[in-house]
Amino acid sequence: MLSYEFMRRSLIMGIMIGIVAPSVGYFLVLRRQSVIGDTLSHVALSGAAFGMLTNSYPIFTAIIFTVIASLGIEGLRKKFKHYAELSLSIILSAGIGLASILISLGNTQGVLSYLFGSLSLVSSEEILLFTLLSVLIIGTIIFLYNKMFYITFDEESAYLAGLSTNRINIFFSILVALTIAISMRIVGVLLISSLMVLPVAASILIAKSFKSGLVYSLLFGVVSVIIGLTLSYYLNLATGGTIVLSALAILLIVIMFQSIKKPKNTF
Amino acid sequence: MENVSFSYGKAPTLSKVNLHVDRGDFVGIVGPNGSAKTTLLKLMVGLLKPDEGSIKLFGQSIDDFRDYQRIGYISQNVREFNIMFPATVEEVVGAEINARRSIFSRTKEEDKDRIYEVLQRVEMIDYKKQKVGSLSGGQKQRIFIARALINNPEILFMDEPLVGVDLDSQNKFYSLLDRLKEDYNITIVMVSHDIGVISEKVNRLFCLSNGRVYDHDLTKDIHGANILEDLYGKNVRLLFHKH
Ligand SMILES: Nc1ncnc2c1ncn2[C@@H]1O[C@H](COP(=O)(O)OP(=O)(O)O)[C@@H](O)[C@H]1O
Ligand SMILES: [Mg+2]
Repeated sequence: MLSYEFMRRSLIMGIMIGIVAPSVGYFLVLRRQSVIGDTLSHVALSGAAFGMLTNSYPIFTAIIFTVIASLGIEGLRKKFKHYAELSLSIILSAGIGLASILISLGNTQGVLSYLFGSLSLVSSEEILLFTLLSVLIIGTIIFLYNKMFYITFDEESAYLAGLSTNRINIFFSILVALTIAISMRIVGVLLISSLMVLPVAASILIAKSFKSGLVYSLLFGVVSVIIGLTLSYYLNLATGGTIVLSALAILLIVIMFQSIKKPKNTF
Repeated sequence: MENVSFSYGKAPTLSKVNLHVDRGDFVGIVGPNGSAKTTLLKLMVGLLKPDEGSIKLFGQSIDDFRDYQRIGYISQNVREFNIMFPATVEEVVGAEINARRSIFSRTKEEDKDRIYEVLQRVEMIDYKKQKVGSLSGGQKQRIFIARALINNPEILFMDEPLVGVDLDSQNKFYSLLDRLKEDYNITIVMVSHDIGVISEKVNRLFCLSNGRVYDHDLTKDIHGANILEDLYGKNVRLLFHKH
């Protein structure tokens, strides 16, 4: 299958997504903010629909929409300081409402592939763009790793230690937005947040340290994408769904492996 | 802290609070659930800003205070610490030191030594590679103290550190605090729900009730009954009983 140019490109893209999505998801899950992934992916859909309507590049408009939304979430979170989750629901409603209106305005036949992901030909410009973005995301995570660990573990203490938690939170929201934008082409907006969460769920079951948890997460992410893309190609199945079900299979295997390893630990 | 008032919404949570902590004090803050103990502590360290009044730390207005290394803070959140959270004892205790350096510079020997030193002080050095979630409540609490001690703070703020910690570990915890006071003359401000135990340990007790703070200097008057009256109202009787 690697002799097909489009398959080779999809695989390259997939591996990047398999690394980026769970790495970003790792911090979201541990901060109990995994809903942000859902929220922003709905916004990404409206961004893509807007791009199709206006004949511009959908991924580009999706990036703009999600970055603005992620800043909006941080802003609203301060406004509703004591009901922070509300900011997510507000942005999610705005995203899904806008998306459905934009889609109904017509000329958006391609929208289905953004919903569920697809294996269409990725242009070499796109490969370049996505590689740059992935490097940017991973680079930022590595650069901020120690600070993000502290914030993830205890945000108040991190603030008291003099870390600029607000700025780092905004940086991080932008990372989430970018991750969703580069993932939507292959995995689809409905399934991105699953790819951000499932490998992490498997990883925290076995990880003993924060560092190993991050490594397991992206390892499981990459393996799910490779298995998913391969199966999707040979069995002609929906790409995003196959990837997510592979991630789910890995999670189940880890759970089974765990219950075999310590059978006494029943509740 | 002078004339400090604070509210989350319309109703005042704290009104016109005056209090003062001296160097070397062991201060307890007690009060019923929802009596703004946590709020008071967060105001003291600067996590919340007062609506009115002024707060000073080491004589410096909290708005200009940047000397965070001089204070240690253990929030009540750590008690809800998720046992699944993947982090080793070493990672948690080193969080603050590591956050200040870039990922590219390797952990310095002196930083490592510092981490091991505070772990030794709380007698948890043998657990340094263990996952924090796998420790008992009392052990976890000592890890969080170690984390707060990493900068050698002059004052330690703790929010209900003993919830869910068994009696044996509680005693160990108090003797650890005693040692810290002796060795470093560290000032301790501790929120507790257990007025009985803490009033035996502290030299000063702030009782919170209906947004007001009642200040008791326990070195001068020990009128347990009065404290309880302030706190829970006049119709509280003291019950003495033997187990
Ligand atoms: N983030 C918040 N938003 C709104 N109200 C709050 C918030 N935190 C605490 N409160 C309210 O302020 C009061 C004091 O809370 P708190 O300081 O947590 O009390 P305590 O720690 O003594 O149990 C309570 O009535 C609580 O409902
Ligand atoms: Mg409290």
